[in-house]
Amino acid sequence: MMIEDPYLGRYVTCVSARSTDKEILKKAQDGGIATALMVYALEQGIIDGTIVAGEGDRPWQSKPAVAMSREDILKAQGTKYNISPQISWLKEATRSYGLDKVGITGVCCQMQAVRKAQLYPINMRDIPGKVAFTVGLFCMENFPYKSMQSIVEDHAAQSLSSVKKMEITKGKFWVYTERGNVATVPLKDTHKYEQPGCHVCLDYVSNLGDISTGSVGSPDGWSTVFIRTKVGNEIWSRAVADGMFETKPIEEVKPGLDLLRKLAKEKIDKNQKTIEERKTFGVNKALRNPYA
Amino acid sequence: MRGSKSRSGFDGEEGGSYKGDKTVTNKIKIGHVHMSGCTGCLVSLADNNLGLIKILDDYADLVYSLTLADVRHIPEMDVALVEGSVCIQDHESVEEIKETRKKSKIVVALGSCSSYGNITRFCRGGQHNQPQHESFLPIGDLIDVDVYIPGCPPSPELIRNVAVMAYLLLEGNEDQKALAGKYLKPLMDLAKRGTTGCFCDLMDDVINQGLCMGCGTCAASCPVRAITIEFGKPQGERDLCIKCGSCYGACPRSFFNFEVIDEFEGINEIIAEALKLGENDD
Repeated sequence: MMIEDPYLGRYVTCVSARSTDKEILKKAQDGGIATALMVYALEQGIIDGTIVAGEGDRPWQSKPAVAMSREDILKAQGTKYNISPQISWLKEATRSYGLDKVGITGVCCQMQAVRKAQLYPINMRDIPGKVAFTVGLFCMENFPYKSMQSIVEDHAAQSLSSVKKMEITKGKFWVYTERGNVATVPLKDTHKYEQPGCHVCLDYVSNLGDISTGSVGSPDGWSTVFIRTKVGNEIWSRAVADGMFETKPIEEVKPGLDLLRKLAKEKIDKNQKTIEERKTFGVNKALRNPYA
Repeated sequence: MRGSKSRSGFDGEEGGSYKGDKTVTNKIKIGHVHMSGCTGCLVSLADNNLGLIKILDDYADLVYSLTLADVRHIPEMDVALVEGSVCIQDHESVEEIKETRKKSKIVVALGSCSSYGNITRFCRGGQHNQPQHESFLPIGDLIDVDVYIPGCPPSPELIRNVAVMAYLLLEGNEDQKALAGKYLKPLMDLAKRGTTGCFCDLMDDVINQGLCMGCGTCAASCPVRAITIEFGKPQGERDLCIKCGSCYGACPRSFFNFEVIDEFEGINEIIAEALKLGENDD
């Protein structure tokens, strides 16, 4: 039975969950869902490799990578608040890496990109049939690398290379350093650094992933998980049956779906307004509507 | 679709019947018209393998194809798949493309040469035995074109999807027609948009318009690896760009029709079902 929600998309079920793998939890942003799912899919032969947001050349720069082992997937753990062009490796994964069953983890717009590439494969040979499993992440907006650097180094006054974890929660951008320092920046100061392309995005919870996940709605250390497709449902059911995850009904956790729906609505309504405003941006001149 | 509950409602319980039921019986007539192209598009069509056999068995007769059918003159067609650009110094090619338009219900520009000129844009003539053949135009500069399938070569799956949707549009029931119309619309819009394709389209109509979100799709779609992503945005090596237009078409911010793409699961099932070999076909 498919649930349809204007802000949370279509889904079969929604639960709060966390990985049961101690090693994954140690470095997890929240409940380690994306990592544990990809590791499980790899070990079960559902995928033979997966595109992850790995480490770039600079501290906390993210760079897509094709991971073909548990070790490589774990290396990409944790949220890096800057752009990782995941889809740039989608075709290469099926060619240079020779993958027949590709996994992809990515944010909402990247899930949209994958589905468009599957339905309208423009110079995307083999992609429609070789995308085996996608995990989408909740995403309010993203930052260019230099924006993230400004937030962490100029506003939070921390050296990027000393940072252990970053997080956006409770209205603030949090920076935790290796030596135990905790610095915060109010989100109203970070908004101007956001990637402009994010302001026309109409998805907060990765509607088009097989499974989508993020922290909002669940207690600390847990993640909210939406099971959205047959593929996602099959993999999730098997993983839970195999003891990969602890789960709780979403109705029984705080803050629950109400908060998630509230944030999703905020994002979508704000960006709908942006799209409207683009229609009269100039004098009798509109900015282009990507959805028209 | 046996035993599966589509999330799209395409299985007939809510939105009517898009699927199966043998409601459609007439085969459509398709042709492959070969202008100035490398035959890579035709190879892509053939690379649908058993899918192509199924299409030719159940949905379409190949009534014209220099390579695959023994027919000399362009016949009446429902769908003309035109590969290659038109050499305007070659009288026969010019006549042939005009005749194709006159005799076809739907003209599809198959691949980037036909859609945008692509690599043939770089022709300067001067080759034996027709050195004067130097000017090549995408077919849209000479005739009205209904649908673009960009790509160098176009992917077999997109050709397949367009073939199935064209069949549903011409021969399907009301719901199938509606779905096919919605699916084909963005490819028809591309045909209306113009006859030049370039990495520059990403600059002009995506990045400069404040729409790029750095997903990297353009880089994946580029057949000559001219696009890299630097600090989250595409950079084009413009000397490498062959002007195929794939990056722009593939970009999720060039077109994104939620009413179709949100239904990806159901549509993938419809296409898989349409191309499933019957028990007697194995």
